[in-house]
This record gives sequence, C-alpha cells and structure tokens, in this order.
Amino acid sequence: MSQTQASLRGGPEPLVSVRGLRTLFATERGLVRAVDGVDLNIHKGRSLGIVGESGCGKTVLSRSIMGLLPSTAHREGSVRYKGQELVGKSVGSMRRFWGQEMSMVFQNPMVSLNPVMRIGEQIAEPLRIHLGMSRSDARDTALQLLEEVRIPEPKRRLRQYAHELSGGMRQRVVIAIALSCGPAILFADEPTTALDVTVQSQILDLIAERRQDRNMAVVLVTHDLGVVAGHTDEIAVMYAGKIVERAPTNELFANVKMPYTRSLLRSIPRLDDDPHTRLHAISGRPPDLIDPPSGCRFAPRCAYAREKCHVEAPPLQPTENPDHVYACWYPVGSAEFVEREEELVATGVHVRGRQ
Amino acid sequence: MTAARRGLGFGFWLSISWLIVISLAAIFAPWLPLKDPGENYIVAGARPPYGPSSTHWLGTDQDARDVFARTIFGARTSLVIGFGAISFGIILGGTLGVLSGYFRGWTDRIASIVMLILLSFPGLILAILITALLDRGLATIAITLGILGVAPVGRLARASTLVFAERDFVTAARAIGSSNRRIIVRELLPNVVIPMAALSLLGMAIAIVAEGGLAFLGLSVDEGVTWGKLILLGAGTRDLERAPWISFGPISMLFLTVLALNYAGDRLRDYFDVKDITL
Amino acid sequence: MSGAGHAHLRELNDAVLQVRDLEVTFGSGRAPRVQAVSGVSFDIARGETLGIVGESGCGKSTTGRAIMQMPPATAGSVLFEGDDLGAMSPSELRLARTRVQMIFQDPISSLNPRRRVRDSVAEPLDIWSRGTPAERRQVVDDILADVGIDPERAAVARPHEFSGGQCQRISIARALVLSPTLLICDEPVSALDVSVQAQVLNLLEDLKARYSLTMMFIAHDLAVVKNISDRVAVMYLGRLCEIAPSRELYAHPAHHYTRVLLDSIPVPDPEVIAVGHELVGDLPSPVDPPSGCRFHTRCPAADDQCRTEEPVMRAVGEDHYVACHHPLVTSVAIST
Repeated sequence: MSQTQASLRGGPEPLVSVRGLRTLFATERGLVRAVDGVDLNIHKGRSLGIVGESGCGKTVLSRSIMGLLPSTAHREGSVRYKGQELVGKSVGSMRRFWGQEMSMVFQNPMVSLNPVMRIGEQIAEPLRIHLGMSRSDARDTALQLLEEVRIPEPKRRLRQYAHELSGGMRQRVVIAIALSCGPAILFADEPTTALDVTVQSQILDLIAERRQDRNMAVVLVTHDLGVVAGHTDEIAVMYAGKIVERAPTNELFANVKMPYTRSLLRSIPRLDDDPHTRLHAISGRPPDLIDPPSGCRFAPRCAYAREKCHVEAPPLQPTENPDHVYACWYPVGSAEFVEREEELVATGVHVRGRQ
Repeated sequence: MTAARRGLGFGFWLSISWLIVISLAAIFAPWLPLKDPGENYIVAGARPPYGPSSTHWLGTDQDARDVFARTIFGARTSLVIGFGAISFGIILGGTLGVLSGYFRGWTDRIASIVMLILLSFPGLILAILITALLDRGLATIAITLGILGVAPVGRLARASTLVFAERDFVTAARAIGSSNRRIIVRELLPNVVIPMAALSLLGMAIAIVAEGGLAFLGLSVDEGVTWGKLILLGAGTRDLERAPWISFGPISMLFLTVLALNYAGDRLRDYFDVKDITL
Repeated sequence: MSGAGHAHLRELNDAVLQVRDLEVTFGSGRAPRVQAVSGVSFDIARGETLGIVGESGCGKSTTGRAIMQMPPATAGSVLFEGDDLGAMSPSELRLARTRVQMIFQDPISSLNPRRRVRDSVAEPLDIWSRGTPAERRQVVDDILADVGIDPERAAVARPHEFSGGQCQRISIARALVLSPTLLICDEPVSALDVSVQAQVLNLLEDLKARYSLTMMFIAHDLAVVKNISDRVAVMYLGRLCEIAPSRELYAHPAHHYTRVLLDSIPVPDPEVIAVGHELVGDLPSPVDPPSGCRFHTRCPAADDQCRTEEPVMRAVGEDHYVACHHPLVTSVAIST
C-alpha cells in the first residue's frame, strides 16, 4: 500500500492519522464489519468530507476516530492524534480528549440538547468541567459563544430552554457547545439533514466560518454530495466499510474515477435538468457487512464490472494527481470502461448527457 | 448496536414447559395416581405430620393428608383463579384501552376516569368489601382480582394503541377504505396483542400471589384448596418448625410457577421490543 | 401572500382535483390554535403531476391529508372529479377513497409490521371484494412484478425483511392495486438514499404512464420536485406563494421566497459558487404568523405594503402566477 502512503504524506504533519482502522460489532447474526480497513489523514484547519449512503460506515468511522463507540464495538488498527495512539485507550483516558481536543455535532438537534437544562448552563458545563472556569467566567464565555454562532438576542437565550428555540437555533447552540473548549477537530455528523433547506446553508456557512477563524479541522459526514461540494477541501467516498475514492473536492467532481462515485453523482436530480429527466439509478442494494462479497464490494451492482472485479479487491491507487486515489480496476476513462459504456448506450440503457 | 438475543431462549421454553406440565397436572389431577387429598393416612403408632418418604413424596401435614396430592389439587384452584382474573382483566381492560386509544375524544375521557377510579381504590379494601358482600366462591374471587387488573391492562392497551394508531399503515388502511372495525381488528390488535400477551403472563403471576395474600387474611375461597390456603395451613401451626415440608410443597410450587410466568412474560416482551426497534 | 386569490385557477373541463380556499386549523379549547393551511386553492388536470414544495410548517403535508379527508379541512372545498369530498357521508367517502390513494414518507411504518407483505398489498382488494380470489391473486402478483418485488418472496416475508426502498415500492403497489385516478405522494423519497431515491422516482414515472395516473407530489427537495412534476406550487406558512410550470418556475422564479429556496440548495458541483442570500432569521411560528405577506419578516424587498396588505395571486407569465407585491418578474410573455 505504499502508493496510498505516498498520497497521504503530502503537506505538513497531519493532526490525525488513521491507518488500517477496522471497527467490528458483535451481533446475533455475526460480526458486522462496519469499518473495514480505512486510511485517512485529517489536517489542521482543513475540511474533510466523508460521503456515502446509509450503511456505508461513515458515521461509525467518525465515531471510531473519536472513540465514541458502544462496548459491543471492537476497534483494530491505529488512530494517532498529535502523535498519540488512541486505539486501546480506556474510556477514562479518552474523556480528556472529548470536548477539548475533538468535538462532535450530531444530526438531530432536538435530541442533542438536554430538555430540562437551560441553554446557558449547557454551554457552561464543559467550560467548567474541562477548563475549570468559575461560574461567572463560564457565563461570559457562553455569551461570547452564542454571539459567535450568531444567535440573535444571546443574553435572553442563555436563560431559555431547548424547546423554546427553533431547529436551526438549536443546532447553533449545539455547535456553540461543541466549540466551547476550543477543540482542534470538529466532527459534524449529518449536521443539517434534519433542518430546513434555507437553514441548512446558514449552518454550513457558520461551520465554515468558525473553521477559518479558529483554524480548526472539520470532518463533515453526510450522504449529500451537494453539501460537501461547497464546504470541503477534500472528500472521501465510502462504500461498504471502505474508502473507495478520495480526492480534493474540485478534483473529485472534475475527474471522478470510481464508477460508484460517478453513479452517485448521476442519480441526483439537478436543478438545471429538464423535468422528467430519467435519473441514473444504481440497481440492487448495498452488501451485507457481515459477509461482504469477495473482490470489489461494489462489483455486484456495477454496470462496468468484469470478471477480475468479482475476484480480486482493487487497492487504492493514485491518478496523475497523487492526492486523488481510487479503488477500481477499470475506472472512468479507461479503455474497458469506455468499451462497456458504448455497449450500454447501444442497448438503450439510459445514460445522462452530462459528465 | 447491541447484540439482539437469538430467539426467545432456552429459559423461555423451560418456563413454558413448566407451565404446561403444572397445568396438565392440575387438569388431570383426579385421574393421576395421587393420594387422596382429603384422606388422613394415619399410620398407627406414629403421630403426624410425617416426613417425606417414598409413599408421601412431600410428606404429610398435621392431619396426615398427603402434601404432594394437596399441592397438585391446589394448583387447580390457584391456576384457575390466576387465569380467570387475568382473562377478565384483559377482556375488559383491553377492550376499554383499545377503544379509548383509537377513538379518543369522549370515549377516551370516560374510560380514563373509570381507570383512574379503579387504580385509586385500594385493592385490599375492594377485595374485603366484595367478599363480605357476596360469597367467597371461585368466580367471585377471580373476578375481584380481575377488576384490579383492568386498569393496568387498560392503560397498557391504550398506550400501545395510541402508538400504533398514529403509524402510517393505519392511515393507509383508512385510505384504502378500511372500516373502523376492520382497522381495529386487523391492523391494531395483532400489534397490540403482543405487549398484552407479555403483560398477561405477568398478571397471572400477580393474581396467583394475590390469592395467596387473600388466603392469609382468610378471604380466599371457601371451598377447596389453593396454594395460599395450603401455605397458611402450614404456617399457622407450631409444627412448622419441625415439619417445614407442610408448607414447602405449596411454596415451592407457587414460587416456580410465578417465576416461570414472570420470566416468560419478560422474555416475550423483550423479544418483540427488539424486533420493533429494528423496524 | 394569500391563497384568497383565484387568478391562478384554470378553466378545465376535465379536472381531477379542484381545491378551493382550503383551511385546516388545529387545536381547540385551551390549546393554541394553529392554522396550518390558510386559504389554499389549486387544481390538477387529468394526467398532470403537480408538485407542492416548501419547508417544514408550510402546510404541504396537511394539505395532502386534508384532500384525503384525513382529517378533513376546517373550511374550503375539495372537488374530486366533480364530487365534493367534504360533503360526503362516511360510506360515500370510503367508496370515493378507492379513487384517491396516498403513499407516505416513512416506508417501513407504512406497512403493518405483523402482516406479510403480499397480504398488505392484497388488502384493498379484499375489502372491496373485487373479483374472485384467483383474479385478485393475479392482480396482486402483476402489480408486485411491476414495482420490482418478487411475488413469491412477498408471500412469506414481513416488512422488516425488506429495505426502505423496497418497502416504498410495496406501498406503491398497495396504492395502485385499486387502480386509482389520483395518487398523492407525501414526501415519498425523503427518507431514502440518493441511489434508491432515483429508483423510486423512475418507477413512479413509469407507473404514471402505465396506469394513467394523475399525481400530486409533495416534497421539500426542489430538485426532486422539478424532476417529477409538470407544474410546481410553492407554499410558505400555510399559503401559496407561486405556481408555474416546472421549467418556468425554476428558470424565472418570481417570488422572493422561491428565489431563496433555489439559492439555498446545495449543488453537487464545486464550480457553482454559492449565492449569498439576505435571508434573516428562522421560520416564524405558525401559531402566530406575521401580518400582511407572511414572508415579509425575512424578505429583502419587504416594505410597508407587504407588512399590512396580503398579496393576491396575479399572472406574471404564461400560466405563471405569484402572490407578491414586488415580484422578481413582472407580467410579460416570457419565452422559455
């Protein structure tokens, strides 16, 4: 895997380096391989998007890096944060990382906040516990944080309860809490999925702003390619527990290599399409993570798969751009791919004009 | 993601087996090769109570009556009381609960008040009242205990109905033209019946123990033996110290049966809870 | 913004649905009264797909259910193929419902978890005793095949054994088994992954043609709505803002809210620079909606007139109507 190492090397020392991470869950049906061999770097001040459909393991991956897993989960491999190995640490020793070094924002702000605690108290809590602030200092900092996340009338909000705020505002409070101790990394797991679309862009812009101001690393986990397109520096696409393509954002959209990524992009309805445009649909379903298929995991659903794909799993290889890696034997643009594409068009399988 | 349990488990089926065995024994008691429960098997020269032996598996009581036989016959009454009570509770409470949960509005308001009254009334006082005013027959006792079960069962049925009635598949049923009756019977009941089944097993356990309590107060059935009465008969004598087996039989039978009912009820509820969650 | 205008209603000789001044109010007694739908009117022609789009609290789902009379509207009328659904007796309504069917957002809770999937699909035929049992079995098998579900598997499996996308197909099959005229889709793909969403959208287009359906498609995703609709209506806080043919609405949005909605959509293309919009604050609460034009609290172009006077629907293009005092597009015949 030296090629992957090479691609991961680029740039200054990463904040977090993940190597060969595997997360397994014991269930009654067997061992679920939710994350099955992932290599990643997270750099200070940069935004990484982890994209995939439900069941691909993206949420488990972000929690695995943070170490926020239930006791039935088992991690293998390495997660190094500022040189320290996190895999194998007890929950007790991980506690000082959570909130202070790494923070997470979750999907549903309705349930992320304590319904019986005032907003001000909830923001002040980590400040007092982790940073040992006095009550009045914590309160002042909480006020500053609310201003930072652009909540109108912050003084009044401090004394309010969660149910008195709208969804968008609650998510801002959640972000304020996550930022309170000045973490180096912010994980955002589907932070806008539960929100209205006009509020979504406000929240994403807020996260981007905070990232710049604080020079924080952000990991954005989502199924929405539109969200990552505008708000990330680099994107990693996951499928069935593995990363199947990783590239700087512009490069990914301009020069997509893996047929899965391409299919995903083409199945999204676009605003500038005509009405009743036939969408590109990927047939079938994601594989069983207990007994994944041998070879490339996407092969059973891939219209461009050939024999080799079902037998041997392709490794991550770089393109001409060493920061862009993909795992495919016959990527977009290769001779075999073009050949198959022509066959598909000839047989009338609907293929969209763009890309 | 926690490990879901595989099936209902060995313990569940063991409990069910015990319940089947004890029920069959109770039903066929008159035809089983047991000693006569009423007869005094006095042995000349030895004063009862006699200890456990090959003739009397659980010994005899102070009147030389075979404990084992009496325990099995006691099962007949105790199980009937338990089953009768919970059946009454489910039919009345369940109906009230489902109807009030489905129709809401005035039906719900009235049913809730009824259940509130039933819950607030001290069960023991009610039992004493009823048994004082009426007789102390098997049916009366069973129904008295049943009345006490109406409110808890009703509330569970109502809560369960509320949860399922707002699911889209009920709206869909209405959309395809299902009548209210059809929706209640075909859509709601199959779903509501599961938590109720679990509760009914637990409820039966409670009723059996409650009968034991009534027996201690002298309020249990006039005719026949129950486990409660048997335990009382043993406990009230000086002989208990040197002849603990007099109560041992009925106590252990009661204990095992109640344990089996509780365990099976719990497992049933857990098993179906898990399935529901993964939906 | 007022649905009280009727300018956008068309003279159709074969309208499938005509909704007039629909109002749905929740809460009674001491509970605060929320008017989820405040005077909405629209029509749907035979064979047309009307998309209704808006954010949470706009009343689009409530409108869909009010058409089905589940629960019925508190004011206004719903004419389905000329019959007033609100004025029917319960038995007449039950019968009418066979011609209007609905599919819902959560695919798995749309099916009875304790029933085998094939039985759920066959249920409508059993209720109305359509044909002999053998004929019914055939209809069900045919429809299941049409939606891409194996009838053999459906005969033994329960909903939790299927994926979200498959459950949605099963719900569609159940909705179509009575050959309805109108299919109301309430956020049917919002809970599905992107690739599965595409499958279901393609399926709905195919079935629409095959079963000659008229559709009403409710969603919050504008791109999805554009893909499947002929005409699109935008709702905000219980009122209709704008209505136009799909291509026209997206090419020349006239209402400021529509413009903001379109700009807010994250586009999967990093070349597209996000347009900064001047939208301020969050959605007002439907319990206490703003006066005049309901959008005035967040609209960059709001003035005194907007704060006091409710705008009425007026034409700004070919079949393009907007309820706004200062629309982005003024009435001129615009070629697409």
